[in-house]
This record gives sequence, C-alpha cells and structure tokens, in this order.
Amino acid sequence: MSAQQVLFDIPGPKARARHLLYGVLGTLVLLGLLVLVLIRMANRGQFEAAKWTPFLESNTWTFYLLPGLVTTLQAAAVAVVLSMVFGIGLAMLRMSDLAPVRWASGVFVEFFRAVPVLIMMIFTWQMLVKNPTMVRLMDSLGLTGANATFIAVVVGLVLYNASVICEIVRNGVGSLPGGQREAGLSIGLSSAQVRRSILVPQALTSMLPALVSQIVVITKDSALGYIITYPELLSRTRQLGSANANTLAAYLVAAVIFILINYAISKLAEWIEGRQRRKRRGPTGGGAQTEDEEQAGQRADGATLEAGGAQR
Amino acid sequence: MLELIEQFNVLGAFWLNIRLAAVSFVLAMVLGTVIAILRLAPVSVLNWFGATYVTLLRNTPLTLIIVFANLGLWLQLGIEFVPREGNPNFILENNFWLAVLGLTVYHAAFICEAIRSGVNTIPVGQSEAARSIGLGFGQSLREVILPQAFRGGITPIGNVLIALIKNTTVAVAIGNREIAYQMRNMMEFRPDAGILIFLIVAIGFVILTLPVGLGTSWLSSKLAVKR
Repeated sequence: MSAQQVLFDIPGPKARARHLLYGVLGTLVLLGLLVLVLIRMANRGQFEAAKWTPFLESNTWTFYLLPGLVTTLQAAAVAVVLSMVFGIGLAMLRMSDLAPVRWASGVFVEFFRAVPVLIMMIFTWQMLVKNPTMVRLMDSLGLTGANATFIAVVVGLVLYNASVICEIVRNGVGSLPGGQREAGLSIGLSSAQVRRSILVPQALTSMLPALVSQIVVITKDSALGYIITYPELLSRTRQLGSANANTLAAYLVAAVIFILINYAISKLAEWIEGRQRRKRRGPTGGGAQTEDEEQAGQRADGATLEAGGAQR
Repeated sequence: MLELIEQFNVLGAFWLNIRLAAVSFVLAMVLGTVIAILRLAPVSVLNWFGATYVTLLRNTPLTLIIVFANLGLWLQLGIEFVPREGNPNFILENNFWLAVLGLTVYHAAFICEAIRSGVNTIPVGQSEAARSIGLGFGQSLREVILPQAFRGGITPIGNVLIALIKNTTVAVAIGNREIAYQMRNMMEFRPDAGILIFLIVAIGFVILTLPVGLGTSWLSSKLAVKR
C-alpha cells in the first residue's frame, strides 16, 4: 500500500483548512522546542563567539577535524573492501555442495551477526596489546599499539559486515529465477562454476543498493573506534572540544560531517535503485517476475512520493 | 569459566544491558510510533519533520549521539535526570538515563521505518473501506491501519530490538558499567583467558538475541493478518 495516496481522501475546503491549522500548530510546537533549546544554549553561553570562531581557523581543520576524518575513512574503506571480499567468499561457502562447509559457514555467519561489533573490537584490541603471544607477534611484525587499534576497528567491522553481506548475496541469489541455474548446468558448467560466473554476479548487481547501504553502516560503526582509543573523527572532536572549551559546538560540527557523508552514500544507493528499476522496465524480461518488480516499483514510488505528501 | 563469571560479576553487567535495552525499547516504540504518524499524516509540514528526523538520526553514529548526551547535554547544558543532592550514585544513574536517551532517539528512527514497512503490507482496500464507513484519518489510523501495521511489522521491529540489544554495549562510551566495560576489565586482568572471556560475552549475546529472533518469527506468523 503506497501509504500517502490512499490513507486519506483528496481534502475538501474544510479539511484543507483543518490541515493548515495542524500545519501551523505543528510548526509552532517545533519552533517552540527549538527556541527552548536555543535559550538553554544561550543561557549556558554556547553562542559566545569564542565557541564558534575556532571553526574559521585553519588549525582546527588541519590539526583536528581533517586528520580525524581521514582516519575514519581509512578504517571504513579498508573494512568495506575486506567485508565485500569475505562476504562474497562466505556466501559461496554457504551455498557450497558440501553440507559440512555449509553448516560451518552458517554457524560462523549467525554467530558474528549476533555479537555486537564493539565486543569484537574490544576483544581484538585487548588481545593485541595484552595477550603475551599476540604481543610477541605484533613486535616481530614491527606493529605498535597505534596499529593495534586500527586492526581492531577493521577486524570488528569486517567480521560483522562480511556476515551481513554474505546474507545479502545469498538473498540475491535466492531471488534469481531458477532457469538461470538450470541454463548454466545444461551448458555443462559445474554447480560451482554456475555460482561463480552466473548466479553471484547477477545477485551482486541486483543487490547493489543494499550493498551500498551497508557502506553507511560501516562508516557509522567506525565511530565505535572512539571507545577503543582509535584516533578517528570523534576522538579528534573530543580533543578539539577540550582545547577550545567548545565541546558542544565541536560535536555538532562532527555530527554534520557524519550526516553529510552518510546522506550522500544513501542517496547514491537510492539513485542506483531507481536506475535499475528504470532499466528493468525495458522491453526485455517477462512473465510473473516483471509483475512482482512492477509492484515493488510502485511501492518504492509511493515511498519517494510521500515526502511531498498529498498535494494533488 | 564459572569462577571468571563470578569474579567479574558478568551477570550483573549483562543485567544492566538488559535494563538499558528494555527501557530504551519501550520509549523508542512510543517515539517511533509518533514519528511514523507524523510521516503518514496529511499535513506536509509534519511529513517533512518526520522525514528530517529519520534522515538526521539514521545517518549519525550512535557513539556520537551517546557521547553527545553526556558531554553536550549534561556537562554543557546541565540536563540531569536524577536528583544530585545526597545521591552517591548520581553520575552512574544519570549516565544510565543519558544512555537511554541516546539509544531511544536513535532507534526511534528505525522503529518508525519498521512501522512504515508494516503499513506497506496492508492492502489498499483496508483504508478505503475505513474511509468509506466514514472514519477520518485519525480514526482509520487508530482502528484500522496501525493495529495491522504493528502486526505486519513485527519482523522489522524485532530486528530493531535485536540491534538495540547489541547497541546497548555502546553505553560504555559514557562510563556505564555494562558488559563491554566488564569485558575490558576482565581482559586487562586476565589477558591469558582472552578467548574464553570473548566466548562468554559472545554467547551471552547469542542467548539474549536468539529468543528475540525466534519469538518475532513465531509471533509474526501467529499474528499475521489472514488475507
């Protein structure tokens, strides 16, 4: 049900007047809340120039925020690449012809989806810096405690997100028409070859929006590195806040940076989804499947329309 | 293993996670439902507000929200949830509620989207029928749409609850002595037993989240609206 068009009738003059009243009241309540927050902030001196002018100085950006952003993106980028690789590998194993391999990878995936990312990060970090065997290994590789926090962030992100991506890929393969696999088998490919060269590539394309959305999850979760002292954007923000005594302002700026990055990635995912839907509506494709897709398309259309409300 | 669990009060730490999750879930359900109603309402200003809330909160890291609750809301703006005078546990108790606040506002955005996906499972005829017998928007929402949306949205709501249970570990960022805090303690003092400690904590989370997954899939088939 595409909510907006059917939840209410096209409003008549009375309803329009009532909706206008609700709109005005809602705006007033929101503005009231905003004013309360602003008054509270003003009373606590949050609008003093000294709290905000640091953001006009290059030092703030080159010494705190940009290096923090770079370390955040480094961890996220490495984690994205590794999660994709391991996730696809896990999906192959979970669809293997050998039952024990399927079970083992199934247990792995379910286990790491159930454990919080932060727990995995703390475990990896503490093992690397405290466990005698691991400490010796780290020394022999020439790695320091600073490397340990980076490794811990990446390991935590990869274990969880590879498991999630494995399930995304598996869902993608599951939603392909059965004829794809049968056609592959009938031209003499082995079932492993069918998976590798026919099923998984198609699943990756159709699941691209979900995979891109997962990048948002990884970027957000990289902020957990703050807790294990990885010098990412939040840690730098904290330092900036105590250097200039403008904690609140610093965190608001950091939040804006995170929101902009993640919003851009979500928009990219939406764009890819829309493009794929337009492509699929072309002359190719047939039968029941297109009908399903049409419905899915209509549902999504409803979802994008709803921002505008019932203006008709 | 048992001696580790007793020595470091693992169960007490997990109990704090459970309390954080339970309180935040109830509050997030309330707030999420309100935001979902805003997003479904026929008033475009309210739609805009609901959509903006979801966009902003979903794209902000939970760690940032919870740290902000502590450093920004409490230390800078002086927002306190419990009386300070004569309360030796003031900081611990206040941090509990600040973490609840952070978890609530973050997960309310996801609850809102789960309810909206529940609304998507309802056939158009339901709301058309509701309107044809003369129910207004509020009435049809209350009597027809939302009851079915909650039943159709049980699986996504359950997924939010599972994520919420796991995310209670982030409360350690502002000094809540829950299981992530306790695990770090344990690993500092017993670096030799690292893997065992990890397994204890991990299995604890499997025990906490598994029943939710099983329960929601049972509930969603039991409560599914027969069509």
